[in-house]
Amino acid sequence: MSEPLVELRQLHKSFGDNHVLRGIDLSVAKGEVLCIIGPSGSGKSTLLRCVNLLEQPTGGQVFVAGVELTHRDCDIDKARRATGMVFQQFNLFSHLSVRDNVTISLRKVLKMKSTEANARADVLLNRVGLADKASAYPAQLSGGQQQRVAIARALAMEPSVMLFDEATSALDPELVGDVLGVMRELAEEGMTMLVVTHEMGFARNVADRVIFMDGGVIVEEGKPSQVINEPREERTKKFLANVLEN
Amino acid sequence: MNMSRRQRLQLVRGGIYALTIAALALLIISVDWGALGGALFKWDVVKKQFPDILTSALRNTIIFTIFGFIGGLSLGLLLAIMRLSKSKPYRWFAATYIEILRGVPLLVTLLILGFGIPIATGWSWPNPYLQGAVPLALVAGAYIAETVRAGIEAVPRGQMEAARSLGMSYTRAMVTVIIPQAFRIIVPPLTNEFVLLIKDTSLISVLGVTERTLDLARFGRNGVNDSANATPLVVAGLVYLALTIPLTQLAAWMERRSKVGRR
Repeated sequence: MSEPLVELRQLHKSFGDNHVLRGIDLSVAKGEVLCIIGPSGSGKSTLLRCVNLLEQPTGGQVFVAGVELTHRDCDIDKARRATGMVFQQFNLFSHLSVRDNVTISLRKVLKMKSTEANARADVLLNRVGLADKASAYPAQLSGGQQQRVAIARALAMEPSVMLFDEATSALDPELVGDVLGVMRELAEEGMTMLVVTHEMGFARNVADRVIFMDGGVIVEEGKPSQVINEPREERTKKFLANVLEN
Repeated sequence: MNMSRRQRLQLVRGGIYALTIAALALLIISVDWGALGGALFKWDVVKKQFPDILTSALRNTIIFTIFGFIGGLSLGLLLAIMRLSKSKPYRWFAATYIEILRGVPLLVTLLILGFGIPIATGWSWPNPYLQGAVPLALVAGAYIAETVRAGIEAVPRGQMEAARSLGMSYTRAMVTVIIPQAFRIIVPPLTNEFVLLIKDTSLISVLGVTERTLDLARFGRNGVNDSANATPLVVAGLVYLALTIPLTQLAAWMERRSKVGRR
């Protein structure tokens, strides 16, 4: 088997006395789509934020694309380019146009020329179906449109893995579909993805593997059909019964 | 007597209006308007103030204000970033600086830096403009630092996280993402700082400025001495208002606009 693209070894994270992650071991292969499900407070967002070190783990190791991010000598700004992150609250830069949101890291981090960066932005915006919004500002867009721009912005740096942190949780129900559609296309193109989500339909249909977290540990993992349809663990059953009821 | 709460309120309000109008009327008939006008707004003295009040005094006030503001803004930005730094010595230095310079009256700071330091060290200010403008900028920096800090803190945390997740360093994210957004937030309070600074330049005249560096307030005071009449001070006051009222209106307009924009 080839080397995993993302690997977490004995990952621990505490906020003061609150021990949020209690020894996570996880590896994700290139091209794999992994969905992380679990009740709120289970540590799933923290786990995702440890993959690009937005949260500094208290213990353990994080490897992405062969680089150990938790190593003392790691240039974290450079290492983060291997990951793209999409946030629940979109976090678009409100003072910049849609196009500049997508190109800013290309211009300021990679020192790419504007014409070249704009060309890449146009391709990406076209891909998320927002080519006509390039000159608009984030405040002029719907939540679903903003989140699709955020995906284009993260893709601009050509990351080898994409992290989605409850990307559809802040959206009105009728706007969720567009964003999930873009995510599904991305998965079909072979992007490696770690997706924290409450969308069980997406997890069932798109994920290669699902992990269920609770209390800072991975309780159960396996094929989506197995974890979602025939959970073995009591906690997984209880969680799914609650979620699927709604 | 049975009155509703509303009727009682109307009665009280009517009474207050009536008393105010009566007091004003009494004032208007009891004041000798001719004498007052002669002392405060004598036309031939008004005319004598021009054009020097504009070409010299107003010009100097504007020079002091602009130098104080640019210096204060640069310093304030630096202090605000130090105040939010992870490094304790930086935070400590900035907090101490801000506390001291905001806690001491500008007049005292001006006298210490303008006179005290030269007397104590034998060093002298190379330029009378700098003697007034540098202390002004040092104090303005302390006030502006707190405004800038509030602006930076008002930018949502997610903006920094998004910038870092794209591979930007902390400094790069600050410069390209956080500070531009913070400035949008603080333009109205910063305009008010600018207005305060215009008025604070009037204190510089305690340093015994030369003829060349007379500001509006000192120009007015000298005019009083020359004409034995208070008119020059009133004219100076009006010139201050001509500067400050448009700016405060601009700040209020920008504040209203940004509130609409956020909805």
